[in-house]
Amino acid sequence: MRKKIKYILLILISFISIQTIAQNFPQKANPPRIVNDYANFLSKQENQALENKLVKFNNESSTQIAIAIVKSLDGYDKASYAFELAEKWGVGQEGKDNGALILVKPNYADSKGEVFIATGYGLEGVIPDAIAKRIVENEIIPYFKQGMYFKGLDEATNRIMELSRGEYTADDYKQATSGSAGSAILTVIIFLIVIIFSFIGRARRARHYAVGHNVPFWIAMGMLSSNRSHGGSFGNFSSGGGSFGGFSGGGGFGGFGGGSFGGGGAGGSW
Amino acid sequence: MKKKWITIIVIAVIALFFYSSIKGNYNKMVAMDEGVKSQWAQVENVYQRRADLIPNLVNTVKGYAEHEQETLTGVIEARAKATSTTIDPSNLNTESIQAFQQAQSGLSSALSRLMVVVERYPDLKANQNFLELQAQLEGTENRITVERQKFNNSAQTFNTFIKQFPKNIYANIFDFEEKAYFKAQENAQEAPKVEF
Repeated sequence: MRKKIKYILLILISFISIQTIAQNFPQKANPPRIVNDYANFLSKQENQALENKLVKFNNESSTQIAIAIVKSLDGYDKASYAFELAEKWGVGQEGKDNGALILVKPNYADSKGEVFIATGYGLEGVIPDAIAKRIVENEIIPYFKQGMYFKGLDEATNRIMELSRGEYTADDYKQATSGSAGSAILTVIIFLIVIIFSFIGRARRARHYAVGHNVPFWIAMGMLSSNRSHGGSFGNFSSGGGSFGGFSGGGGFGGFGGGSFGGGGAGGSW
Repeated sequence: MKKKWITIIVIAVIALFFYSSIKGNYNKMVAMDEGVKSQWAQVENVYQRRADLIPNLVNTVKGYAEHEQETLTGVIEARAKATSTTIDPSNLNTESIQAFQQAQSGLSSALSRLMVVVERYPDLKANQNFLELQAQLEGTENRITVERQKFNNSAQTFNTFIKQFPKNIYANIFDFEEKAYFKAQENAQEAPKVEF
């Protein structure tokens, strides 16, 4: 019995410790952003330029290259931090796992700068660890050493984009948009059918009424429609249209897709 | 006559309640059990990946560090031992995981000895092929850490699930056993000794 209690306590404690660790990770930005600078490492314009480029690439290829710049690694090894954060945010598309996360911790007076490129399962083929290492050593660190932070990240993301281009196509994205266009057409058709049927039904009833009460058909029709409200069904249809609008907004970042990471990638420090 | 019907209905309702409770929980346990097993396969996968890297690594080092025959042989032997230790995924208990971990940690320490030795050969350290192998090896060690942790998480979810009431009773009936975890090695924090 005693052993059991001990065990239960152990499980509880391990849960608590997991939760406290998880809280250290920055939350996903809301509205979603693909470039997340928590350390004011980049200027606003630089940040936005990267954001626009990576969102565009995401829309074209469905591959998500996220950037996270944090003030501290909270005692983590940079690789573990990058994998846990990337997994938590779900960078990349679910099933394809075509996400990459560039984690940067700027160098401060008391600590070295750290950078790590974590690749999702689906990108390990096009960006093997040795290539990730080369990107870090040849593109990122030389620029970072000179204080050209934007240039380093810009070049690194360009390399990753070149390497992963063609590996994944935006079929998901296209499917999502054409799928919702299809459902929108379907919605319109159903809407028309409902209107036609209700019109026929009402017309039939109106004719019945008109004949029975000796009033003209049009007046009977008007009387019936004023009695019955179609507001409810109209409201439902318009809300269906709203979700369609969400897809068509091509400019913004739609959020991370739930990709998974298995420890691929490489890093360095400066 | 009426009473008899009421008892039958009550029994039927209770039976239906138990049936649906057992069915739901049993199916969930099966799914989670499979999840743990597939995560285990993933763990073995990354360890295999490390083993696959070694012949290439040993060959590269051999060209530059002829005098380190002993260390190289140690790595090859540890690799053979590690790849010969496999465990049945339907039997993930403490002993089997410990045996697996022991065999793999033999290879880990042989590899870290090799990496220490390599420091003495600047030509080797400048070799592009070696640098890439080193990056791959580092990546593989990262993968091992990640997959082990994912395994522990899925095992923990499974264990917590089957230990809760009344699922512990069903787990007992259907013979679902607790999964063991990967534990940090006692000497994992120790850096390999450097001898001059």
